[in-house]
Amino acid sequence: MIIAERKPINEIMEMVKDVKRVLVLGCKGCVTVCSAGGEREVEILASLIRLGANKQGRTVEVTDGALVRQCDKEYIDGLDNWKGKYDAIVSMACGVGVNFIANLRPETIVYPGVNTSFLGGSAEQGVWSEQCAGCGNCILHLTGGLCPVARCAKSLMNGPCGGSQGGRCEINPDVNCIWQSIHDRLERTGKKEDMLRVAPIRDWSTAGHGGPRKVVRDDLTV
Amino acid sequence: MSDFTPNIRAFCCHYTSQQICAEGDEGLNREGFPKSVAIERLVCSGKLQVSAILKAFEDGADGVYVVGCPEDKCHNLMGSQRAAKRVGAVRKALTELDVEADRVEMYHLERGFHPEFVAAAQEMDRRIKEMGPSPLKGGKK
Repeated sequence: MIIAERKPINEIMEMVKDVKRVLVLGCKGCVTVCSAGGEREVEILASLIRLGANKQGRTVEVTDGALVRQCDKEYIDGLDNWKGKYDAIVSMACGVGVNFIANLRPETIVYPGVNTSFLGGSAEQGVWSEQCAGCGNCILHLTGGLCPVARCAKSLMNGPCGGSQGGRCEINPDVNCIWQSIHDRLERTGKKEDMLRVAPIRDWSTAGHGGPRKVVRDDLTV
Repeated sequence: MSDFTPNIRAFCCHYTSQQICAEGDEGLNREGFPKSVAIERLVCSGKLQVSAILKAFEDGADGVYVVGCPEDKCHNLMGSQRAAKRVGAVRKALTELDVEADRVEMYHLERGFHPEFVAAAQEMDRRIKEMGPSPLKGGKK
């Protein structure tokens, strides 16, 4: 899922410093699961904006709400529920949600309430780690299911590099060298000969280096 | 700030407040429990959400504290540890808003009506009196 983290309150307060009516808008998708922008976090941010405004000696009317998702046009239409009740939106969805509101509501002012961090999973309660870079051309079948694009500091296609020490990455001893893990895993699963394969120079155009990406499914379009 | 009477909200778990509630106002007053503190009972301090603490400040509290079981002896195993984390989250948020983090506090206390329970309330009363009214009230009394 997409992992996000609430922006510092002061950053958000600066965004809404001249706004009289704010809609804090959560998303019931990924950011609810990672406890960054679901209904519970919306309630907290709405309260903090009110308190912050009080401290500044001004009154702000804060409405809170949430959409099923902010990454589908049909759900963005749900904004009509609060029509005329806000001057600006603080979206607690990932950056996709903020973009979708901006795309679909040309007149609406929308600010990000979270920093969109990465594609990852919950390593343990309250801890999330990056697992996928969304590079558009998976090579996980060659690397034992472990992604060197997302999890190697250098995104090496052939590794490990000389900075791998005792199974740890040179950038930070808390980070596992994913190429060491790939070697270990391939050996455990009887596929260590796969390590002899030299990955060719990669075409990164699918990773965004060729501009914004788009997926079109003819079987689904109408 | 000698004329300032703080508004302090105490969220107490069922187990730490059971005996306190049985004492009633008269019993509390007799033991020196400050009148500035209003107690709200919870089934478990782990039930307390960050938003409830913030709401207390929105409702005019100058200080808020939470009383839960000792960390390693919570009736519900980890409830008071969770409450402490949430108090920590509010402390962080207050700091971000440039408000004294000490306006919110977590206490881990044994069950029963004992001097430590009164001392915690007195400490908060003293602390908030020194700090003055919460700036989050924006000048409202």
